[in-house]
Amino acid sequence: MPDLLIELFSEEIPARMQAKASDDLRRLVTDGLVEAGLTYASAAAFATPRRLALTVEGLLAQSPAVQEERKGPRTDAPEKAVEGFLRSAGLTADQLERRADKKGEVFFAVINRPGRDAAEIVAEVLAEVIRKFPWPKSMRWGTGSLRWVRPLQSVLCILSDDGGHAVVPMEVEGFVAGDTTEGHRFMVPGRFAVTGFEDYAAKLKRAFVVLDPAERAEAIWHDATQLAFAQGLELVKDKGLLHEVAGLVEWPVVLMGEINKDFLGLPAEVLQTSMKEHQKFFSVRDPKSGQIVRFVTVANRETADNGATILAGNQKVLSARLADAKFFWQNDLRVAAEAKMEPWLDSLANVTFHNKLGSEKERIDRITALSREIAPIVGADADLAEQAARVAKADLASEMVYEFPELQGVMGRYYSDAAGLPSEVALACAEHRSPLGPSDEVPTAPTSVAVALADKIDTLTGFWTIGEKPTGSKDPFALRRAALGVIRLVLSNDQRLSLLDLVAKGLAGDDDLGISRDLLSFFHDRLKVYLRDDGIRHDVIDACLAMPGSDDLTLLAMRARAVASFLQTDDGKNLVQGFKRANNILRQAEEADGVAYEYGPDRKFAEDPAEIALFDALDLADGAISSAIEAEDFASAMGIMASLRQPIDAFFEAVQVNAENAVVRRNRLNLLHRIRTVCTQVADIGQLEG
Amino acid sequence: MAERPRSFQEILLTLQTYWAGQGCAVLQPYDMEVGAGTFHPSTTLRSLGLRDWAVAYVQPSRRPTDGRYGENPNRLQHYYQFQVLMKPSPPDFQHLYLGSLQAIGIDMDLHDIRFVEDDWESPTLGAWGLGWEVWCDGMEVSQFTYFQQVGGHDCKPVSGELTYGLERLAMYVLGVDHVMDMPFNNPQSPRALSYGDVFRQTEQEYSRWNFDLADTDILLQHFVDAETECARILDAPADDPKTGKRIIMVHPAYDQCIKASHVFNLLDARGVISVTERQAYIGRVRALAKMCADAFVQTEAGGAGAAA
Repeated sequence: MPDLLIELFSEEIPARMQAKASDDLRRLVTDGLVEAGLTYASAAAFATPRRLALTVEGLLAQSPAVQEERKGPRTDAPEKAVEGFLRSAGLTADQLERRADKKGEVFFAVINRPGRDAAEIVAEVLAEVIRKFPWPKSMRWGTGSLRWVRPLQSVLCILSDDGGHAVVPMEVEGFVAGDTTEGHRFMVPGRFAVTGFEDYAAKLKRAFVVLDPAERAEAIWHDATQLAFAQGLELVKDKGLLHEVAGLVEWPVVLMGEINKDFLGLPAEVLQTSMKEHQKFFSVRDPKSGQIVRFVTVANRETADNGATILAGNQKVLSARLADAKFFWQNDLRVAAEAKMEPWLDSLANVTFHNKLGSEKERIDRITALSREIAPIVGADADLAEQAARVAKADLASEMVYEFPELQGVMGRYYSDAAGLPSEVALACAEHRSPLGPSDEVPTAPTSVAVALADKIDTLTGFWTIGEKPTGSKDPFALRRAALGVIRLVLSNDQRLSLLDLVAKGLAGDDDLGISRDLLSFFHDRLKVYLRDDGIRHDVIDACLAMPGSDDLTLLAMRARAVASFLQTDDGKNLVQGFKRANNILRQAEEADGVAYEYGPDRKFAEDPAEIALFDALDLADGAISSAIEAEDFASAMGIMASLRQPIDAFFEAVQVNAENAVVRRNRLNLLHRIRTVCTQVADIGQLEG
Repeated sequence: MAERPRSFQEILLTLQTYWAGQGCAVLQPYDMEVGAGTFHPSTTLRSLGLRDWAVAYVQPSRRPTDGRYGENPNRLQHYYQFQVLMKPSPPDFQHLYLGSLQAIGIDMDLHDIRFVEDDWESPTLGAWGLGWEVWCDGMEVSQFTYFQQVGGHDCKPVSGELTYGLERLAMYVLGVDHVMDMPFNNPQSPRALSYGDVFRQTEQEYSRWNFDLADTDILLQHFVDAETECARILDAPADDPKTGKRIIMVHPAYDQCIKASHVFNLLDARGVISVTERQAYIGRVRALAKMCADAFVQTEAGGAGAAA
């Protein structure tokens, strides 16, 4: 069984594309091989900045021969039909077999496809994969028409077994496959030949290339934490950066340097962001002070001076960068401290938020007014909320945020402090856009909650008003995220509020288009998605949506959780069945009779002991359920409801609802109506599936 | 390895010599105000069409918003770019480029050179390409681009473009921390001049003019004038009645596009262009660039008639 080794060697592949590219290479090549009949034992793909590599082990040497039988027309069919069949089978008339069939004699074509050599199949598959490779962005170069992520330099493709290795004869757009590659661009220039994957990986390592990105990342992490640890410091974790850096080097060499003390006064976030964004440096923290005091850079080579020149150069670049950051920081602090951020707010009048929704300034004005209204609802001080909302976005106009947009909010907090504003305001500046992602922390401080809600409600009502709702996969204004933010703010803080009321405030009384209803159902859809992660089914939520107060998300979620855990129990599941049975009989009778059986059953017409027992059980449960619901203890309410399962089941067991005696029948239907009423106090459980 | 250069101009001369040695025609700067070496017609226009091309040149470039009155260690409103354009891009273009770094005294055995993804796009030129910024010890020393489109036209064959930010590169090679302290000519010469001797005063003058004094009404008028003239030139019939020859006046029209682009930059520095207007202005310059590109491919230099 031969092994296959492929390497596509190119100019530097962007770090962010490498992982997916190596995965695509493995998937596309192995899929192609399998489709052509070549199965294999295992496959693995790797990427470095200059190469994608794939090893496939235990490949079949030949695809198996295949015999295919195809049934054709009857032997007495018109000539045209037979000709057509011959064409499609690729045979001549004398090659056809005649076989007896139920309907008479028919032609059979027996097509033999011989097996093909692995090399032939590999060459075809690889050429196709190279031509159609799914790079997120690709380019042409020179005079060629092949597209690759950056110019492709060489293709290595060999099959090897115990007898040795052979180059797969293959050519694509002028690239002829060979058995040679290159090592590190600077440390060991020149090409060398390889005989198989083990030889390849070993020779690469000798030529200062670590093929496996995971191995590079691990080496970087290990060396960097060790360097920091040796100085009593700690590396700031950054998985994304680690993977990116591992994709920028073939031979990682970790170096740690000092940050000029002129810059140690900068906020840690600024140091970290500047170093990461511009230089792809890791930050190193002093655990005692929490300050960022060093940086770690990863070079792509060893040098005779142990990296001294490289480190000095990096340090110099960093100083220039941080000089810029410090310049921004000092200018910004001046505006914050001396002018209370007013110049920023003024300049935001010239920044368009959206051409139909006005400037950032107008948006801030809306959010400010809304925050004031929302504040009392969420237990915040109206003045504080208003003050916070007014300055929460001021940092958008600061120099630091212009340079590093991801520091919005973080800087706002510093500048709010510098302006001498209350700490609640500063915190709201930092938190008012939260939660941004599904795992982002949710603010809890009342002022922050008020402004964060106002921020999102304004966005949603605004875009709804101008008809920019998300459609399908398109959500350019991140409105789903905003709705999820509202949901999480409300639920995590156990906020009891009417979402319709909030939306109405956001629309400022202008709801001709039924926007609030539409938005509410958008919230409900997002809530379903959100609660699905907690294992709550959408039909459970639908059942709860039928109840009053469904724009109170906390109430809605409480109901849903109670129903969901009720459905986990045997009694719960069976009660739903019993309920549905009762409900179906009742509905049919109501439809047939054209009356509503809602006058209340009378115990004196009860005939069967099971019927009487059900009366007793309903009487007992009714009051208890009502008081549990009054106390919003939905779990208890559902628990009591579950106790009805047995009497309901027994009732159906013993009693025929549609009795001959009309009075008894009516009374029983009224009894079923009572079941319906009692059982739908928490949720419309009739809507539950299954 | 080459001897270490001692001055700014030595680096510049070395680069010219090196690329001349690689077969480039060493051109002189274009005689108009441009924001970057890419605006030189030898890059913008010549990257279009089928004809081979290989040039290297220094281009003084102006970015009015970057003015810092000569005080910032490395920000200038007027600076030099060194530009190389080879069409078609040679297969060993990276190697040739690294050779140029060696030529100016960067020892590959001691430094860490990296090609970091950076896709280039010029919204004003309607152009884009893929490539890298080249890092030397964490500092960006060049922009390396394979042109894919210019003026809305596919580049076939593809040009390889290199842009070196000369001041920054030279400061690094010479070990200077403030651009104004950098030796411009040989520091041992009897009339040693620093970069500051040459440019400190002009940086101050232009910074003040760019930010505070440039007459925005006049500039706005210049923009409209350039726009109008560009269209008028290209609207003229291709056949010249006087000489009886077919003369499409692409370069004079393109000059007006360059002008409009620079005037836009000046207006931007004066802070009179709002965010929304910004896009509109960029779109207007791009429309001019596109018209010029459309016209250029109709000319002989643009390869018209060469394909067949």
